Amino acid sequence: MSDKRVKLLASPYILWSAGFIIIPLCLVIYYAFTDASGAFSFDNVADIISYVNIKALLLSMAFSLVSTLICLLIAYPLALILSSTVSSNSSILSLLFILPMWMNSLLRTYAWQNILERKGVINGILSALSLPPIYIINKPPAILLGMVYDFLPFMILPVYNSVSRIDKDLINAARDLGAGYKEIFFRVIWPLSLPGVISGITMVFVPSLTTFVISDVLGGGKILLIGNVIEQLFTQDSDWNAGAGLSVVLMVFIVISMIITSNYDREDIK
Amino acid sequence: MKKQLLFLSLFLITSALSGCAGNEASKNNDDNVVYVYNWGEYIDPEILTMFTEETGIEVVYDEYETNEIMYPKIKAGAVNYDVVCPSDYMIKKMIDNDLLQEINFDNVPNYGNIGDEYWEMARDYDPENQYAVPYVWGTVGILYNKTMVKEKVDSWSILWDPKYKDEILMQDSIRDAFMVAEKYLGYSMNTIDEDELQASKELLQQQKPLVQAYVIDQVRDKMIGNEAALGVIYSGEAIFTQRENPDLEYVIPKEGTALWMDSWVIPKGAPHKENAEKFINYLCRPDIAYLNFDYITYSTPNIPARDYIEDEDIRNSPIAFPDLSKYNLEVQVSLGEKVDRHLSDLWREVKSY
Amino acid sequence: MKKRLGNFYLTLVLIFMYAPIATLMILSFNSSKSRSHFGGFTLNWYIGLFQNEEVISAFRTTIILAFLSAFIATILGTAACTGMLFMKKRSRSIIMGVTNIPMLNADIVTGVSLMLLFIAARATMGFTTVLLSHITFNIPYVILSVMPRYRELKISTYEAALDLGATPVYAFFKVIVPDLMGAILSGFLMSFTMSLDDFIITHFTQGPGFDTLSTKIYSEVKKGVNPEIYALSTIMFLTILILLFMVNYRPGTRRPEGQIKVRTRKQVVVSSGRGGAL
Repeated sequence: MSDKRVKLLASPYILWSAGFIIIPLCLVIYYAFTDASGAFSFDNVADIISYVNIKALLLSMAFSLVSTLICLLIAYPLALILSSTVSSNSSILSLLFILPMWMNSLLRTYAWQNILERKGVINGILSALSLPPIYIINKPPAILLGMVYDFLPFMILPVYNSVSRIDKDLINAARDLGAGYKEIFFRVIWPLSLPGVISGITMVFVPSLTTFVISDVLGGGKILLIGNVIEQLFTQDSDWNAGAGLSVVLMVFIVISMIITSNYDREDIK
Repeated sequence: MKKQLLFLSLFLITSALSGCAGNEASKNNDDNVVYVYNWGEYIDPEILTMFTEETGIEVVYDEYETNEIMYPKIKAGAVNYDVVCPSDYMIKKMIDNDLLQEINFDNVPNYGNIGDEYWEMARDYDPENQYAVPYVWGTVGILYNKTMVKEKVDSWSILWDPKYKDEILMQDSIRDAFMVAEKYLGYSMNTIDEDELQASKELLQQQKPLVQAYVIDQVRDKMIGNEAALGVIYSGEAIFTQRENPDLEYVIPKEGTALWMDSWVIPKGAPHKENAEKFINYLCRPDIAYLNFDYITYSTPNIPARDYIEDEDIRNSPIAFPDLSKYNLEVQVSLGEKVDRHLSDLWREVKSY
Repeated sequence: MKKRLGNFYLTLVLIFMYAPIATLMILSFNSSKSRSHFGGFTLNWYIGLFQNEEVISAFRTTIILAFLSAFIATILGTAACTGMLFMKKRSRSIIMGVTNIPMLNADIVTGVSLMLLFIAARATMGFTTVLLSHITFNIPYVILSVMPRYRELKISTYEAALDLGATPVYAFFKVIVPDLMGAILSGFLMSFTMSLDDFIITHFTQGPGFDTLSTKIYSEVKKGVNPEIYALSTIMFLTILILLFMVNYRPGTRRPEGQIKVRTRKQVVVSSGRGGAL
């Protein structure tokens, strides 16, 4: 098996991605830079600077940054704990954290409505304990909660994967050499888990940047994210040109943020 | 991780148990079918079964959530539906864009059951009554909870009363939301005057801090669950919500409101036009129209069907069958694609305010 | 103490993850059709479920779609990773860049772009178009799961095997595949789950009379979700949970490491054989 022949293994996928990723993408770009009559136009892309769109984009950025951070803060200790438990338990435990994804996410997001509503589960419990009710439904915290909830498994899985692969001997060796907890973490565990962290960040950041379902369901339609704008342009206005224009802008933004994160990735490979 | 292997076998078992794909494709070739595209839960499913039993025509039934989701699907022609049920203004838009074909009324002898006043109403969007057969109709009004709202509700102005901050549910559909503001300001709901549109937008922006949520269908569930005091809702939901929660009351504000109507139409290029006509005709039969009314509780334009209604209160209900002359009612008409897009831009300005 | 703190943390996160699921389960026994109040205990939704041809067929479609798309994506994706390993860095990063596109794009853009493609190709929307779309957005999950593991892989072991006279194919399956298995499976799992859950892309590429659970749920939102769907979700969820525990607590599961490895590998062979026949 020569290197050349092994390389051929990638060809079905290359053909696939040309047909189902590149060509459709060209269609989107075509729509982004033409108007309804098919003539070249820059208006669709330039539309991002309107007050509504720029606000939506900034809000989405803020929401997705915060939710990614929270996901990482929750998932990382979880991964460490899981990887330190006895191996036969840890795999079943880690599955327990993925299992919720098997229930339809639209349904689960709706269920949060029931929990957070003014007469919902949480407020029912609070009033039974004669505590004051909390109203976060239809407000930014509810959207944040929805994002963290929906995308947390995407952080847990890759982080756990990479943390559990770390050779225990390395940690022991570091300890033998006199490294403290802090040093072991920052100089051994963290660098080695970085590939998992990076792919976790990608898997959480992107969907939370582009979601429109969560802001619709838990935000009461009061908060407009960039995903909502694009969705409305496509489905409500059937203005594919404008929708495609904003999508292209959104993609550029994502690519920029990914280049920033992948810099860390490259450092790690060295 | 290794346990995931075992997990893999679970997938295989589940998949094996659930049989094989491919029956979808065979259905498409069968000629004795009718492809129906309707609003979600907008028909008694029993009726579809009965239709197939009586005519031998199989029904392939799909649902959509809003006119705006339906429209691009029909326009793109990706799916060939035989019969669709859009709202008034959308029908106008589809006629204008040459997406509909005339109905052969010889195949729909039951059309006479639809009251004259409804054909009259339909002329607002289908001037010659060639394309659309009225299916259900209603008004838009305020649903309020008598235990939370003690005062008399008779005006849209209550939706701007700071007393009810976070207690108001607004419609998240552009035309209906603007209708509320426009009617409150005394304009036509079909206005295209830029000053009037801007004024309505600003009014809606003022209202935003008071609004608990912008929703479409969930107004019903939330009002039943005492989540809010006031909600903008379609009259068809009023009967149902009152059945579930007797504290709720529906009013048509004195400033007037929208009179809306959903009708059956046949898209251009429908492969089974005659079956579509049979389907429409079947729905116009009084007993069928009654069954359907009882299930979806939206007002039927079918006059003989009303005699089947046993409950006196519902038969004479001012909610289900209001005296059209008593209120300042207006039918939504299509404003053209340009104004539509302008309106959605304005609506987004409200939402991001 | 530290252990107890860890367990406490696990429990908290688990409660967070399972609270909505518990809510849905309770709603599946709610005799009132409205989600807002509990009208009493009933099993009617469970009985109704099995007579509801539409829900059952949506369920069947969802499972078949998820399995087929995840399976094909796993094969294509793993093969692509292997091939890429022997490529120049530049071509590899180009392919990885393309792979990232479906992940980076808003679902709605992917959905619409595929719809535009299918319309341009005059394809009839239906099971096939949805399957193609699902495979397309699943492959990146496989690649992103397998590729990092490939990077961590100790090529030296593989080379050692070659030095000891193993053929490359043999060495590949004996040395590399076992090491990758975890990543491949988690890619498969991820794909399966993504496909199970997808609404937006399916929505744009589906045809008449075609429904997955997601599109069914979405269209039912207008007048409130049919509680039979809660019942179905509860059954699906409990089935998986129970099977999982049965598999894990079967007597004799705890064996020495080496033995487990042998057993697992066999199972993979068996599984992929069955999968291919499907």
